Amino acid sequence: MESVDSLLNKKYEVYEKMIEQVKKEWFSNIKGDILAGIVVALALIPEAIAFSIIAGVDPMTGLYASFCMAVVISFLGGRPAMISAATGAMALVVVSLVKDHGVEYLLAATILTGVFQIIFGVCKIARLMKFIPRAVMIGFVNALAILIFKAQVPHFVGISNMTYVFVAITLVIVYVLPRFTKAVPAPLIAIILLTAISIFAKVELRTVGDLGTITKSLPVFHLPQVPFTMDTLRIILPYSIALSIVGLLETLLTASIVDDMTDTDSNKNQEARGQGIANVISAFFGGMAGCAMIGQSVINVKSGGRGRLSTFVAGVFLIFLIIALGDLVVQIPMSVLVGIMIMVSIGTFDWSSFSYMKKAPRTDVFVMLSTVVIVVATHDLSKGVIAGVILSALFFVSKISTIKVKKTEQSDRTLYEIEGQLFFASVEGFLESFDFSLKDSNVILNFENANVWDGSGVGAIDKTVIKFMDNNNHVSVNGLNHPSQKLVDRLGVYNNPNAKVSAH
Amino acid sequence: MYQNILVGIDGSENSIRALVEAIKIASCSQICSIELVTVVDFSKSKDEILHSHGKEELKFLRKQKLLPAEKMLQEKNLSYTIQELHGEPGPAIVEYVNQNNFDLVVIGSRGLNALQEMVLGSVSHKIAKRVKCPVLIVK
Repeated sequence: MESVDSLLNKKYEVYEKMIEQVKKEWFSNIKGDILAGIVVALALIPEAIAFSIIAGVDPMTGLYASFCMAVVISFLGGRPAMISAATGAMALVVVSLVKDHGVEYLLAATILTGVFQIIFGVCKIARLMKFIPRAVMIGFVNALAILIFKAQVPHFVGISNMTYVFVAITLVIVYVLPRFTKAVPAPLIAIILLTAISIFAKVELRTVGDLGTITKSLPVFHLPQVPFTMDTLRIILPYSIALSIVGLLETLLTASIVDDMTDTDSNKNQEARGQGIANVISAFFGGMAGCAMIGQSVINVKSGGRGRLSTFVAGVFLIFLIIALGDLVVQIPMSVLVGIMIMVSIGTFDWSSFSYMKKAPRTDVFVMLSTVVIVVATHDLSKGVIAGVILSALFFVSKISTIKVKKTEQSDRTLYEIEGQLFFASVEGFLESFDFSLKDSNVILNFENANVWDGSGVGAIDKTVIKFMDNNNHVSVNGLNHPSQKLVDRLGVYNNPNAKVSAH
Repeated sequence: MYQNILVGIDGSENSIRALVEAIKIASCSQICSIELVTVVDFSKSKDEILHSHGKEELKFLRKQKLLPAEKMLQEKNLSYTIQELHGEPGPAIVEYVNQNNFDLVVIGSRGLNALQEMVLGSVSHKIAKRVKCPVLIVK
């Protein structure tokens, strides 16, 4: 029996470990985290507004989402220093839902998304990420970049010459300024400078205020105003499934990137659960669905963010800025946001795809391009991903079901060297590669570089051996590896003198 | 003589040239050890994660880049260690050097032209300016 003392000691040790963990994850890098969090908040505001506009909702929906997601995930996420907020990927999924049914349905769909993600997290679905081929992931980010760019087009093409000028100036600022100073995010400087110019010079431009309102208040709890019926479920279910897949995909990709940048590990299943809870809470406070953001997380780490505090500060500082400066935010010209979004889409696009397309196997390139084309055609990232995964699975099966048989004729015998996987899908190709017209000869089947996986494989070996024997050939089967040999011993009949092909 | 020499290695020809010089210096003494330092660039993390089959593969690929350098050291029978840093190449090396005891830093110059240097900034220049120990930049 353990004494009460030692039990208490153990409990105490557990607490101590927890406190240690909290200290490490929250307070080991206070200065760096606070500074990075502020930089991220500044960079996040234009994006949250722009993504709200993509989704067709008020800017507050994206800003509240960014605040709630960041704060909740800073406590519950599995990857410290990763930034989660309203994202382009999620906004793009819900465009048609908002258009057809309104923002309340979006909130309901976000709650259901969160529930799915919590279930994914509990079921430890994160390891399934390994099964998503990189060709699909590359297609995913490229499609995302293209869609973000496409969503900007109506906001700057054919409106006015001044719009083009402002977009161009924004792009020059965001690309040139970082060469000189990295202390303040360049997009923020572009916003301040160009908003000021447009106000003082009274330039005729569409502003954020023309597309929605900014409420200078903290989010309040409210239930989505939708009827709780099967019809509602039928409407939101497809969107929730798509959102939960897209959200986790981008989140886990981002987590791997942050892992790599900081050379630390993260708990992917905890992150999936955290994302789910963050989405549920965000929706109850009027925020749209969100997930981790690659761009912002990279900014955070680069600016010195390492702990949970950075994400927390980003969320809190963002809502503080909105409450303090909401009146100015509505005056931001849309053309400046468009310029920033063009930068985001350029940064999202995987430019090494072009060299990838030259080097990678053709089937991979095909999968990547199909993913992009399907997403761009359907405007649904999840459809592209699912199609890409299925396509690459098919390519994989077809690749491993091609079995190579090399025939060498020697003076007194014919040697067949078999290379590959012998199973139901490769049996046909296997049988076709033998010359059964051979008579009175020595046939050797060498399986050294092959694996036999199932009954069909054993059956095919039987059939081959017996067919050769029918023509008075002497057949020997060599080089089966241990598991294959066991399978053949158990299922094969060719060693039986009375064996006939018809046995199969 | 120098006891702890840091050599910046990125697998490029320039960094190998730097290592050749470091080996010459280290060979003069019995107690000299070389530390090969490689920086995993922040701005390449996204690309590399996206294009790799997973952590293990990435680790292997990064290690593979150092093999030629390791071989050179093994041939000369010199003792060496390897350190992988994560960050922006210049500042990461500066921070690491200033936190540890090195007598000499040897790096290759990338040989950018004037325009590239203006835009990208020279890593070797940044290191030479801010490191608190002698620096050898190899052309």
